[in-house]
Amino acid sequence: MQVNENIIEELTRILQPFVPQGLKIEEETDLVSDLGLDSLKVMKIVESVEDSLDISIPLNILPEVRTVKDFALQIQKLIGDG
Amino acid sequence: MSIFDKFEQLAAARQELENNCGTFFNVVMEEILSGTEAVVNGRPTILAGSNNYLGLSFDPDCVDAACKAARKEGTGTTGSRMANGTFSGHLALEQELAEFFNRQSAIVFSTGYVANLAMLSTLVGPGDIILLDADCHASIYDGCRLGDAEVHRFRHNDPQDLEKRLMRLEKRNTNILVVVEGLYSMMGDRAPLADIVAVKDKHGAYLLLDEAHSLGVLGANGRGLAEEDGVENGVDFVVGTFSKSLGAIGGFCASNHPELNLARYASRPYVFTASSSPSVIASTRTALKILQKRSELRDRLWDNAQRLYRKLQDLNFSVGPEPSPIVAVRLEDKAEALALWSGLLENGVYVNLVLPPATPDGNCLLRSSVSAGHTPEQMDRICEAFTAVRKAVKTV
Repeated sequence: MQVNENIIEELTRILQPFVPQGLKIEEETDLVSDLGLDSLKVMKIVESVEDSLDISIPLNILPEVRTVKDFALQIQKLIGDG
Repeated sequence: MSIFDKFEQLAAARQELENNCGTFFNVVMEEILSGTEAVVNGRPTILAGSNNYLGLSFDPDCVDAACKAARKEGTGTTGSRMANGTFSGHLALEQELAEFFNRQSAIVFSTGYVANLAMLSTLVGPGDIILLDADCHASIYDGCRLGDAEVHRFRHNDPQDLEKRLMRLEKRNTNILVVVEGLYSMMGDRAPLADIVAVKDKHGAYLLLDEAHSLGVLGANGRGLAEEDGVENGVDFVVGTFSKSLGAIGGFCASNHPELNLARYASRPYVFTASSSPSVIASTRTALKILQKRSELRDRLWDNAQRLYRKLQDLNFSVGPEPSPIVAVRLEDKAEALALWSGLLENGVYVNLVLPPATPDGNCLLRSSVSAGHTPEQMDRICEAFTAVRKAVKTV
């Protein structure tokens, strides 16, 4: 499935403050092993995405999310489901 | 590659703690001297992290009731509530809890953890939504994982954020169960319950309130935060535990919804575990009566809570937002937290050391909990120990 560039862009913007300076965020970047995000940071990021895009993200989808692209696709699906 | 590879990170974290603070993993209550004192590392130690809020674990009437029940009915039920594990005591306690909370009915579970696991996995199902406070206890999160409902969070103690999320979810036109706690176990702060009730009523949601840490602690009759804030009618389900103010182990849910009784048949954590032993049920029933009769215990608890909270404020510790029987010190530096915790233990005071990710904001916590059972002399010693370690570990 093609991922929406605008969502990737917004997600990258939200992720930036949570990752060490200089670390490049790409579609295939792994949220845990590459960016070192722990569960607390992931929850803060989910809250920021919800507020920024005015959507509700169920915690149930998080086990399916490994990379930035996975996350963006889930967001895309939630926006699509309206 | 082995099934244990996933523990590598945990092993490294444990080793680091072992190197810096060997005693952390070696706290054993070698001899229990009273509800507020035990021998730890060969030294009499005041227990200031036990959640024994009313000090009833050694109450003579509770101990007598437990002993009599064990002699009369045996040490265990050896069965599920659905099979041979419902004794008359279980039903009597359910009736007494329902009367205490002014609810139509109540269900008793084997632990407080199981009560949350049971209710959150059973009350809501596929297509329903749980909307929980971000700082809810692990048992609430685990209950959500066991069930099939969709799970969302709102920002801790933020009714406006709850409303924003309810508005987003409203168009789904489905059942929403809001979940909050009376007193939050880590920082001891209470939910803004009246506001939360108003918001959930406005949006037609249900509310489950976990009074684990507020039962016996808040409210003129000890029924918890809903009683204290005068909003009991706005709470659909009250969940709680026997392992804090009631000095035993077990859990419950009480409600005015007549369907509550059906939940027990659909609840795996109720059906597939052995029921509470007769001694536990007997001591809990006695403790529930004491909780209602002896309001002076609550007064003493709050005197002790205010005293420790003020002392830690005077010592310039970063404490929770309000006085509470849970008095937590927030520390950014793990080394400082470990040094303070070890120092307190060496000074004969045990408190809980809580490390991330078990803490709400990623900081370390020195979590104390006081009891009505702490004597003025014990409170003096707790305060003196904090003063001594504050002086010895000075890094503010």
